[in-house]
Amino acid sequence: MSLRVLVGVKRVIDYAVKVRVRPDHKWVVTDGVKHSMNPFDEIAVEEAVRLKEKKVVAEIVAVSCGPPQAQETLRTALAMGADKAIHVEVPAKEAETLAPLHVANILAKIIQEEKIDLVILGKQAIDDDSNQTGQMVAGLLNWPQATFASEIVQDGDGLKVTREIDGGLEVVQVKLPAVVTTDLRLNQPRYATLPNIMKAKKKPIDKKTPADLGVDITPRQEIISVDEPPTRQAGAKVADVADLVQKLKEAGRI
Amino acid sequence: MSGKLRSRVINLYKQLHYMGKEYPKGADFFHTRLKKAFLKNKDVEDPKAIEKLIARGEYVIKEIEALYMLRKYRSLKKSYYPDEKPAQTS
Repeated sequence: MSLRVLVGVKRVIDYAVKVRVRPDHKWVVTDGVKHSMNPFDEIAVEEAVRLKEKKVVAEIVAVSCGPPQAQETLRTALAMGADKAIHVEVPAKEAETLAPLHVANILAKIIQEEKIDLVILGKQAIDDDSNQTGQMVAGLLNWPQATFASEIVQDGDGLKVTREIDGGLEVVQVKLPAVVTTDLRLNQPRYATLPNIMKAKKKPIDKKTPADLGVDITPRQEIISVDEPPTRQAGAKVADVADLVQKLKEAGRI
Repeated sequence: MSGKLRSRVINLYKQLHYMGKEYPKGADFFHTRLKKAFLKNKDVEDPKAIEKLIARGEYVIKEIEALYMLRKYRSLKKSYYPDEKPAQTS
């Protein structure tokens, strides 16, 4: 098989950063904060590269929708082994309100233009945790979907995907073209080494805008307020059982 | 030092320096130690000894890669799979 694969990559706040709410309570602080590729997307890129190494896949196209800095994220994907990249540039201000449906519409357009056979996406991004884009892409294209994949193997002219579901694993067979979203245990992504990042600078990155693709990205949702979760109240030590019982009575627990 | 070995040593330094930028204890911590380690062996002339030192540097690169990977995996598992006991993963 020689498939053309599309992987989606999102630039998110790095997983190790302590996220702070912006003073106007409309979003979180993103200025001067370290960003990197969404870890679930890293797993998606890695899986595509491994399928390429097994000769199942012929070409890997990495796509990112986001502000100009999303190019760095695409470079990382190229350094990991993607062949070319498409950057759908969305100004930083509009990127904040970019919803899964917008991204899914953009991806669906690119998938049709690029004659893609297989789409591999991270199951969710670690910033908004929506877990919707993959499902929406499959819905828009009317393609089969295999979400939360923990193993992908070629099976005839389709794929056999093991999915992580509540309380166990489920094996599904999908015909191509299909959409697959990755779970944490699918693989361990490789590190983008310095020489590979240098080499990736020679690989092509196409620039597009949502308008080029005919996708409307006006927000359909309004963020009313963003708040931190309530902090846990301090506990207290009790001297003995009697004390504990009394404290519980005071608190109205018993 | 012959030109070929020299460029390999420089590349090794560059790679380690690049990886040190994300070191948990801070880039400065790593970079001062990295420089010290390389300076300590600056007078080594024997090609075989240099090969050995390069191999050690490459081993360190692998270890740091593994460290970063594990750190990311663990923190993701902590935030997205909170109920699972460590024994279940493997």
